[in-house]
Amino acid sequence: MSEHSSAPASIPADVSGTTGRAARHAVTTESRLVQGVALGIAFVFLALFLLLPLITVFLEAFKRGFDTYLAAFSEPDAQSAIRLTLTVAAIAVPLNLVFGVAASWAIAKFSFPGKSFLITLIDLPFSVSPVVSGLVFVLLFGAQGYFGPFLQAHNISIIFALPGIVIATVFVTFPFVARELIPLMQEQGNTDEEAALSLGASGFTTFRTVTLPNIRWGLLYGVLLCNARAMGEFGAVAVVSGHIRGLTNTMPLHIEILYNEYNIAAAFAVASLLALLALITLAAKSILEWRFADSLAGRGGH
Amino acid sequence: MAAVATAREGWLPRFRQKSVIPGFGLAFGYTLVYLGIIVLIPLGGLILRASGIGLSGLWNVATDPRVAGALKLSFGTALLAAVFAAVFGLLIAWVLTRYRFPGRRLIDAAVDLPFALPTAVAGIALSALYAQNGLIGSIFAPYGIKIAYTPVGIFIALVFVSVPFTVRTVQPLIAEIDREQEEASATLGASRAQTIWRVLLPPLIPAILTGLALAFARAVGEYGSVIFIAGNLPYISEIAPLLIVIKLEEFDYTGATAIATLMLAISFSILLLINLIQAWSRKRFGYV
Repeated sequence: MSEHSSAPASIPADVSGTTGRAARHAVTTESRLVQGVALGIAFVFLALFLLLPLITVFLEAFKRGFDTYLAAFSEPDAQSAIRLTLTVAAIAVPLNLVFGVAASWAIAKFSFPGKSFLITLIDLPFSVSPVVSGLVFVLLFGAQGYFGPFLQAHNISIIFALPGIVIATVFVTFPFVARELIPLMQEQGNTDEEAALSLGASGFTTFRTVTLPNIRWGLLYGVLLCNARAMGEFGAVAVVSGHIRGLTNTMPLHIEILYNEYNIAAAFAVASLLALLALITLAAKSILEWRFADSLAGRGGH
Repeated sequence: MAAVATAREGWLPRFRQKSVIPGFGLAFGYTLVYLGIIVLIPLGGLILRASGIGLSGLWNVATDPRVAGALKLSFGTALLAAVFAAVFGLLIAWVLTRYRFPGRRLIDAAVDLPFALPTAVAGIALSALYAQNGLIGSIFAPYGIKIAYTPVGIFIALVFVSVPFTVRTVQPLIAEIDREQEEASATLGASRAQTIWRVLLPPLIPAILTGLALAFARAVGEYGSVIFIAGNLPYISEIAPLLIVIKLEEFDYTGATAIATLMLAISFSILLLINLIQAWSRKRFGYV
């Protein structure tokens, strides 16, 4: 260290100086003080913007006591909202599951021109506002829509009825499974399937016994996210549902009605169920990411 | 399995186009039909209706003071919120990837909360928190500051939905940073701040911009988490998606279509911008 002061002027003096000062912590990280401040800011930000709203849901739900909480679910409108939400998810998720598998099979296992354009088209619903997602179906099937007169003449109702809610939900959750499976199946390649086929397995047997086990965790991951969105979708469903109590109100729409009627405790009680669903989804997603990171495609934004 | 694979390598290239794997026709056909019915025909219907309105009709709607106000509010607050969330998202991504602290995995998982929590639930929770008698609102109320039912409330809700985007786009890149660069920078006499600013940050910029653009696109169209906290006063705190809903309730399909078309046009320009950023990044840094 003492050479430092006697170093000739032509050699930059602070080269050895920096190393000396940095000895307390590695040069590739920040000082303890900076680390502490950065951690503090991150914690406060996340607590304020994410944690606090989540806690508020449960606090408000139980504010008036457990009996009021339970009473919110004994109401027939609440029960029919829960039933409708489950029905919609039970139809929409399997539809997009089958599509996701078919699309990723075609895209990942074969090469054909225009593939990346097809992937862009599949991602399209993610870049459309939920309200616009509902609007497009009103324009098609609404009273003044393209198929409106035809539907009215044949007494079929899509808008303000279950089919409209289902199709709007299918639209907004369209990319989830496909988007999870395409990169995963592209990573895995075709060799496993080719081996099975050359050993005499039929196409379907190959899919069932080779491909499906390979993609099962990715598939589950995609289905989880798809389901969370299907049960929680608000904007698109609000546009096509018509808000008919007991008939076309899903859980998120029921929350809106209760909240606007100043029935805050009941609104938060129903909201707490959806918040619980979100927590379970997050937990399952994290477990999949920690335990089966290899059998999921590269993580990115959603 | 590997042995089989290597044994096949000899004749595999011949099948690059014509694969031995069955089911292409079925899978591809089903994909196109389903995509057409669910996504392309409905969006096509919107475009068809918009073309009926014409450019001058769109311009008339866009310059209507109420619509212009809503569009300005939606895009303005969305941009502010996305930038705000990007700055903190970058810090959160850095802390989560670089530092070791108890509860790190839990916090990492919590970042995705806005993706998982239904927007209506987030909306009523935020509005309860920031109302004048709410936990946070009551702190500001004595100073005459209103958060809920003003554009500030909209900003808060949009920050909530924007948080995960930048974190998730930047995180994998931070994890892959080559420590040798930092060591080289430190050895050459740079302070830690200089290393971060001039060595570590520049390669992250494309990912930050991508996250920001994704968050912005999401925030512009956001409806559920905003309408409860916004107050929805025309000209002041009425967002564009809400105006579409109002037009629909008045059976003004043309007005709703026009606003939706304007929003879509702007959103797709943003998506195009993301692609340009990524193309530029591939050229400049060799990765997306």
